[in-house]
Amino acid sequence: MDDRVAGALDLLPGYAAQHVVLSMSALALGVAISLPLAVVASRRPRLRFAALAVASLVQTIPGLALLALFYPLLLALSALTTRAFGFGVPALGFLPSLLALTIYSMLPILRNGVTALLGVDPAYIEAADGVGMTPRQRLFRVELPLAAPVIMAGIRTAAVWTIGMATLSTAVGQTSLGNFIFSGLQTENWIYVLTGCIAVVILALFVDQVLGLIEAGAVRRDGRRIAIGFAALLLGTAVAAAALLRGGGADYVIGAKNFSEQYILAGLMAERIERGGHTATSKEGLGSAVIFRALAGNDIDAYVDYSGTLWTNVMERRDVPPRDVMLAELTRFMRERYGVTVLGALGFENAYALAMRSGRAAELGVRTIADLTPLAPRLTLGSDLEFLSRPEWTALKQAYGLAFGQEKSFNPTFMYRAIEDGQVDVISAFSSDGRLAGGALVVLEDVKHAIPSYDAVILLAPKRANDEVLRRALAPLIGAISVETMRQANFMLDRDTDKASLREAVQFLAGKLNLPPP
Amino acid sequence: MNFRSRPWGDNITASDTGVITSLPTGPLIELEGVSKSFDGGSSFALHDVSLAVDAGTFIALVGASGSGKTTAMKLINRLLEPDAGEVRLEGTPVRSLEAPLLRRRIGYVFQGVGLFPHMTIAENIGITPQLLGWPRPEIDARVAELLDLVELPRDYAGRLPHALSGGQRQRAGVARAIAARPRLVLMDEPFGALDPITRDALGTAYRAIHDRLDVTTIMVTHDVQEAVLLADRIVVMGGGRILADGAPGALLTGHGAPEVAALMAMPRRQAERISALTAKAAHG
Repeated sequence: MDDRVAGALDLLPGYAAQHVVLSMSALALGVAISLPLAVVASRRPRLRFAALAVASLVQTIPGLALLALFYPLLLALSALTTRAFGFGVPALGFLPSLLALTIYSMLPILRNGVTALLGVDPAYIEAADGVGMTPRQRLFRVELPLAAPVIMAGIRTAAVWTIGMATLSTAVGQTSLGNFIFSGLQTENWIYVLTGCIAVVILALFVDQVLGLIEAGAVRRDGRRIAIGFAALLLGTAVAAAALLRGGGADYVIGAKNFSEQYILAGLMAERIERGGHTATSKEGLGSAVIFRALAGNDIDAYVDYSGTLWTNVMERRDVPPRDVMLAELTRFMRERYGVTVLGALGFENAYALAMRSGRAAELGVRTIADLTPLAPRLTLGSDLEFLSRPEWTALKQAYGLAFGQEKSFNPTFMYRAIEDGQVDVISAFSSDGRLAGGALVVLEDVKHAIPSYDAVILLAPKRANDEVLRRALAPLIGAISVETMRQANFMLDRDTDKASLREAVQFLAGKLNLPPP
Repeated sequence: MNFRSRPWGDNITASDTGVITSLPTGPLIELEGVSKSFDGGSSFALHDVSLAVDAGTFIALVGASGSGKTTAMKLINRLLEPDAGEVRLEGTPVRSLEAPLLRRRIGYVFQGVGLFPHMTIAENIGITPQLLGWPRPEIDARVAELLDLVELPRDYAGRLPHALSGGQRQRAGVARAIAARPRLVLMDEPFGALDPITRDALGTAYRAIHDRLDVTTIMVTHDVQEAVLLADRIVVMGGGRILADGAPGALLTGHGAPEVAALMAMPRRQAERISALTAKAAHG
């Protein structure tokens, strides 16, 4: 079997279990909130209007944004509870995902519930009153049973939405089938993406069918179908939860942002920890700001960040000191402000840089960015989607007086195509990008040090500051990885054809470093 | 005892139903000076109506649409509340009784059918006894007894209403109304949606049940012929008032008010026309 397929299947049970527990919890919570709300709203026009308006509004918020919004919200809440009760709530992972998915699942249940209850034939309401039912008896014996098919249809819709949207919870640190999709997309590993998609579709179809069985049971008053349906749901969730309880609780959690290099480094760190006789998992696909908070909050134990990113985003500094001064100040700041340990630099930088085709650079006599200044008006700059709006570009423009004749933005893959076939002359690049390996492209030196250095550094969570296992496993990596080695490892995942699996890239890097076992 | 209505009040016990301890020798039902408006007083569906019904009577409320007959009936089991006046059941103002409890003591046969489509025939018939907390075996026995009484096969007990014909459904509806042995049965156009033959058979069958169980029946109908053939007493309503009140025979043989006379003359005129046609057919 293809190694990538094997790798995907290896991860599938764990991801699926997390996905099932998350989406089923959210659905159950959504039903528990929305159904009573629908009942009350069906009797009070003003509340009905308000509840439906809010639920519809929530629905228009993109799913990813909704998940992201819960993160600062829970951070604030955590600060509050810490002050009041001495403990915080987790702002990452399960809790924000659960809350966002629950809210997201509410609209179809609420809307169908209200519609169904309002749609019950008034003749049956009068009959229920006429035979002497109390309002509560009327609700449970007549209105809800008659509304059940439409309500169940709403729950089915909510279930499919929730299972689909749960893939996005990967971005806030909750493992799900979305891990396949996020990491597959970043490393262009379509087998991963496909595995994630297929698994989600199968899960959604299965749950939909089971809910359909319950719906049919409700319509035909067939208790057996209802029982089988609920049993299937409960059993599935229980099996998933049991799998998590048994397999969960790795000794160490390594974080990774959402690009190849991060996946490889997290994999390498996890492998080092495991070789030392401990278990490690990784939380992948975390955003830049999220991942640092997660570390500072002890949600993850270690990850690799870049000095320049921390310098500007966390320390909010705008000056650009020399590399070693920056590293020293960063280390001190992290320890004093956050209790975070900067274990050390890995030895390479992943900085924003400008690059040209080697031939073209030689032809124009360009070696440094300063050499570009007089030529720029006749040249075209290609950049990724982000670069032109980043402070690094502003700093470069100012320092060197760069004014390109034309500026074009591409997604990274197309940007590299564009420079290969000469559509653009200069591109923005990351210095450790695998596509710079091999010598076809040359990185232009930032002689004026206009942009800060982006040394890859290992950060340890406050509670791991004196953790001997972690230090023994990770310390040998300090200063061990050259930019050329990192580029080669990255290229294994980023090249357009003959992609390697993540495991292969990790093995390659580990082999290259030839480190002693911890 | 707190009789204020509780919107979610499910905490009603069977013991609460024993409100009436002694039977006063008055009418079973009394409406006294009752008015009801659905538009805040601009027009009246019922206007200062007083009516007393003795126990055991089969009374028909007749009149055109909008005459107030259905409104008058729904005031009795508090499906509607009067704006003025008082309704008394066995001397007790119905306002002072918890509405669900009151309704469990009064049979109700609905316009159309009103059987719950998601409940079996047995569950429909047994619903009021069940709400009253009868033991399961007693309910089952009662359902079987009632199926016999309304002449439905016993194996219909497990069927859903949609599996029955309109006439069969309304037989079940009648059985449901009398299941908890009420002393009073209200009927709102009970046979209106049925074909004439079924309608006639069912009316006759119900009249027999009425006599056998010694209940009091108040039936709302727009069909004068049905009223004349079934009721002991007919109340003609129009414009929210009582226009005439008397035994069918008395009303048929003449009444002062022209609209009442015209209404009551209709069955007789129809009968005359039919017998003329029959005679002509026999001689022709």
